[in-house]
Amino acid sequence: MTESLPNPWLNRFALLTAGATLALLGIGGLVTSHGVGLAVPDWPNTYGYNMFLFPFSKWVGGILYEHSHRLMAAFVGMLTTILAGWLWARETKDRERWLGLAAIAGVCLLMGVRALPVYLALAAVALVMVPFSLYRIRYHPGSLRWWGIMAFAAVILQGVLGGLRVVWLKDEIGIFHATLAQVFFALTCAIALLTSRWHRARSNGTTLPTHSSVLRFLLMGATLLILLQLVIGATMRHQHAGLAIPDFPFAYGKIWPAMDPASVAQYNQHRQETVAFNPITAAQIALQMIHRITALFIGASVVLCAWAARRDFGAGHFLTRLAQAWVGLVVIQAILGAATVLTGKAADIATLHVMIGALMLALGTVICLVSRYGLVLVRKMDRLERLTPAPFGPQPSAAIGLK
Amino acid sequence: MGQAGDISGTITLKGTPPPELEIKQVKEDINCGKLHTEPVKTRFYVVGANGALADVFVTLKGISGKSTGAAAAPAMIDQKGCEYLPYMLAVQTGQKILVKNSDPVLHNIHPTPLAAGNKEENKAQVPGQPDLTFVFPSPEIFLRFKCDVHPWMFAYACVVDHPYFAVSDKDGKYTIKDVPDGKYTLEAYHRKAAPASSPMTAEIEVKGGSVTKDFVLEAK
Repeated sequence: MTESLPNPWLNRFALLTAGATLALLGIGGLVTSHGVGLAVPDWPNTYGYNMFLFPFSKWVGGILYEHSHRLMAAFVGMLTTILAGWLWARETKDRERWLGLAAIAGVCLLMGVRALPVYLALAAVALVMVPFSLYRIRYHPGSLRWWGIMAFAAVILQGVLGGLRVVWLKDEIGIFHATLAQVFFALTCAIALLTSRWHRARSNGTTLPTHSSVLRFLLMGATLLILLQLVIGATMRHQHAGLAIPDFPFAYGKIWPAMDPASVAQYNQHRQETVAFNPITAAQIALQMIHRITALFIGASVVLCAWAARRDFGAGHFLTRLAQAWVGLVVIQAILGAATVLTGKAADIATLHVMIGALMLALGTVICLVSRYGLVLVRKMDRLERLTPAPFGPQPSAAIGLK
Repeated sequence: MGQAGDISGTITLKGTPPPELEIKQVKEDINCGKLHTEPVKTRFYVVGANGALADVFVTLKGISGKSTGAAAAPAMIDQKGCEYLPYMLAVQTGQKILVKNSDPVLHNIHPTPLAAGNKEENKAQVPGQPDLTFVFPSPEIFLRFKCDVHPWMFAYACVVDHPYFAVSDKDGKYTIKDVPDGKYTLEAYHRKAAPASSPMTAEIEVKGGSVTKDFVLEAK
């Protein structure tokens, strides 16, 4: 299977999907920040209505946020389905094409059955399809259809997780739901990158003459650290305990707060919660301290990446510029993190903190892909050039489908 | 059957509690804001004249398996002005808790128990809908009820396995009736001044008549 040429409309559609996902993340962040994740007690219905027919007059209080989140999620699900189908149809033909499209349509029809066992079965299949897609991508890195299938599987899984959070009343599901949301956004950004002419132009081996393995290690490490930080953040938010530490830069006035039972009891007694927060625990305080320390490591590693990119490729190279933009996001995120604490976890500030965290992960993923795919294609070209030294032989770029 | 007596007393707060906070979300809510002319405030320390402290749960320690909750009259929580009334309720295991919606707005009632056996539920209640019923089989101090539509709405129920308990009123007074003669440890719980992990305790003996035991809790 050869790789196809970039289609600007496909790229625009992928960008639309990524943008809608970021908006969905924002609405989801508002849901959690306002503590209204269970304002609609049923799923997939909304107060007994088909969610698309829920009267606008009833969108009040926490229902406004939660119901908007559901509708936006349905929109992102629809965009992802179209994107996956588009990518699949583009890179396949004949029987393979129609089988793939029929499978996607079949999943959509099954989602329409609106029964919990069916949702659970689809989520189980999605759980298998994500690693399978990763496996296929590993061996066919330039082929985008498995990226689409992975996104489609992830969006199904994410939707079911969101629903189960409501009907099973388990906070733990919310942690997975929030983490997968961030990863899914990074995935849509990756697809937007890989479908772009910009990426193709920079993956042809001419603008990435050398590659630093140290830099690649740093980029991967910093991105994984951000992912870890997002998991910690999701865990903190989905324990619904508000701020485990109410001050910054200190913690209960100290560099390291006391976490013995008597101290924790005293912290809880002094809290004046205006919404129904759970009492804080020593584990939550420890988690927030780990969150703060991890933030320092992320800051250092991202700055190191920017420095290494500049050293290896020069100030004007696109990798250096992307890494510098990454540093900018880290600075904004640090300010928002401090503001989240100092404003007593104001909903809008906390939500922006979640969104910038998602952008940091997405940008890290994009930078990793740019460096990795550049390298992969450079290696391919090197190999082809070694194999075809004759002046009238096939051109390497044509042989791997690059124009 | 031996004799029984009442345990009563007054609970006062020593020290100055932090000022209650205005719940600004009430005013900002398009429906709930219309139900109040005065700012709605938190209810951490409901203190009356001479430091009388309300919403203190007083119970006997170490008694289990004596619940008469199944036969007891239901307790009631009302949703009025987008607030739970009362803020602190006490019931026996197996006793019905009826939740009423006196508001012209939809609420959802979401008890979030922690004790094994007590079930978490999330039920919607539109205006005028019949009362919802909740029953908890396991003892639990400060079992929270909340409304996710209006996240500032929360209240607590203390669930015990016997009928010997009371909640202090606005004058700080409480009375536990018909306690069989004997020596007991009396426990006083308050959400902020005497939390579930460290209640204030007192040893008492009931011998037929009334026993008085006052508590002085300290504002933290």
